[in-house]
Amino acid sequence: MRLTYYRDLILVLTQKEMQVRYKNTFLGYLWSVAQPLALAFVFFVAFKVVMRINVPNYTLFLITALFPWQWFSNSVTSANGVFIGNASIIKKINFPRYSLVIANICQDSIHFFLAIPALLIFMLYYRIWPHWSWFYGIPVLFVIQFITTFGLSLIVASLNLFFRDLERLTSIFVMLLFYCTPIIYPADMIPEKFRCFLNFNPVAPLMVNWRNLFLEGHMDVFYMLISLLYGLGFMSLGVFIYKKLSYRFAEVL
Amino acid sequence: MTKKSVILLENVSKTYPLYHHIQGGLKNFLLRLPKALKSTIETKFEALSNISLSIQQGETFGIIGKNGAGKSTMLGLMAGVLKPTSGRLMIDGRISPLLELGGGFHLELSGMENIMLNGVLLGMTRAEVKKRIGEIIEFSGLSDFIDQPIRTYSSGMLARLGFSVIVHLDPEIFLIDEILGVGDMSFQKKCLEKMMGFKTKGVTMVFVSHSISEIEKICDRVCWIENHCVKMIGSVSEVVPAYSATMND
Repeated sequence: MRLTYYRDLILVLTQKEMQVRYKNTFLGYLWSVAQPLALAFVFFVAFKVVMRINVPNYTLFLITALFPWQWFSNSVTSANGVFIGNASIIKKINFPRYSLVIANICQDSIHFFLAIPALLIFMLYYRIWPHWSWFYGIPVLFVIQFITTFGLSLIVASLNLFFRDLERLTSIFVMLLFYCTPIIYPADMIPEKFRCFLNFNPVAPLMVNWRNLFLEGHMDVFYMLISLLYGLGFMSLGVFIYKKLSYRFAEVL
Repeated sequence: MTKKSVILLENVSKTYPLYHHIQGGLKNFLLRLPKALKSTIETKFEALSNISLSIQQGETFGIIGKNGAGKSTMLGLMAGVLKPTSGRLMIDGRISPLLELGGGFHLELSGMENIMLNGVLLGMTRAEVKKRIGEIIEFSGLSDFIDQPIRTYSSGMLARLGFSVIVHLDPEIFLIDEILGVGDMSFQKKCLEKMMGFKTKGVTMVFVSHSISEIEKICDRVCWIENHCVKMIGSVSEVVPAYSATMND
C-alpha cells in the first residue's frame, strides 16, 4: 500500500516535470532526442572535422558515452533548482521531499531512453549490431548511474538552499568533469602517467562501461565495481546531508 | 466520555535565525566579520514562544490574532512543514492542510492536472484521486475551466480548487488557513456546509480566520495569539468578546 503510494507520487511528479518542460514548445518531446544529437554534432565538427581525432566511427563512439553523460549532467545541474522551484509545494505540504529529486532524475532518464533509438540508427549505419548482453548490461549500468546521480543530486539540491553559490560551482565542476572523462576522446589517448587518475573520477568508469557495452557488448567488471562503490558512497553522503537539513527546507525557502 | 487529544503542543517555541548578513554576500560578511558573526548567532526571530495547548478529537478549534502574531507558523508546525525549535509536538491522525492559496499547485498545469498533483502530494494514490475527480470538479464548480492552466485562474477560483481537493480526501485532522475569504458568497456557504458536515462526522478541524462571524458559527474553542504567545484559550463565548474588545481600541 505504501509502496503503491510512493510509486504514484514519483510517477505524478515526473509527469508534472515532463509536462511543464515541454509546455508551449512546438517540437515538444522531440527535443529530448534533438538536444543530445545537436550537441553530438557540435563535438563532431570540433573534434573530427577540425581537429581530426583518429577514432574510427567517431559519431557512434561519441554518442555511446555522450547520451548517458547528458542524463547525468542534466540531472545534477538541474538538481540545484529542484527544491527552489517547488517552494510553493514544500512550504505548504509535508511529503517526502526527496521524491522531487527522484522525479527529476527519472525525467532525465526518460530522455536518455528516448535517445537510444537514435543510437540504434547510427549503429545500423555503421553495421554494428546490438548485443544480447544489453538485456542485463543496460539495467545494471542504469541502476549504478541512478544511485550515483541520486546521491550527488541530493547533496546539490539540499546544500544549494543554504548556499546559493553552489549553482555556479556545480556548472563549472560538471564542465570540468566532462573534459576529464573519456567521452569525446578514448581513455588510451590520456598520457600514461595521468591514466591512473582516471579511477579518481567518479563517473569515468561508468561512462567507459556504457561505451563498451554499446559498442562491444561487454562490461569491465573492475570498472563496474568501482562505479558501484562511488554510487553507494555518494548516496550515503547525500542521504546523510538530506536528513540533517531537510527539516529546515520550508524555513529557508 | 473522555476524548483523546489528537494535537498536543507542550512548551513549543519556534525561532528563525535571521540570515541577512550571509545573504549580503561574502564581501560584506568578511568586511564586517566580528559584527556579522555576532549578529548571525544572536539575532533570532521568535515566531512562537512557549505555546501549550491540546486539541481533542472531533473538536473545531479556532485560532485568532493580529497579522504576524504567529498563527500561520502554528499551522505550519501542526502540518509538519516546520519543526519546533524546542518543546514537544504530538499529532495523532492524518493531517490535511490547506495552508495557502495555490499552495501545492503548479501554475503552468491545468486544473485537472493540478488536482492529480495536489491529491497525490496530500497522500492519495492515483487510483483514489481518479475515483474522486468527478466529485472534486463538480464541487469546485470549475468544470468549464478545468483544462486551462491555473495561472489564468482568479484567486477565488484557486481557493475553490484547493478547498475542493482537500475536502475529498477524507481528512482526519483538517487545517485551514484563512482561505475562504476570497471565495464568493455561494462558495463560502458551500464550504461552511461541508465543514459542518465534517463536524458531525467527528473530524478534528483547526481553523485560522479573521472572520469573527465564521469562528463563532463553527468553532467550539478558540485560541487567541498575541505577540507570539497564547493570550487566551477558551470557549468561543469567552475569547471572542475579549478579542473583539481590543480590536475596537
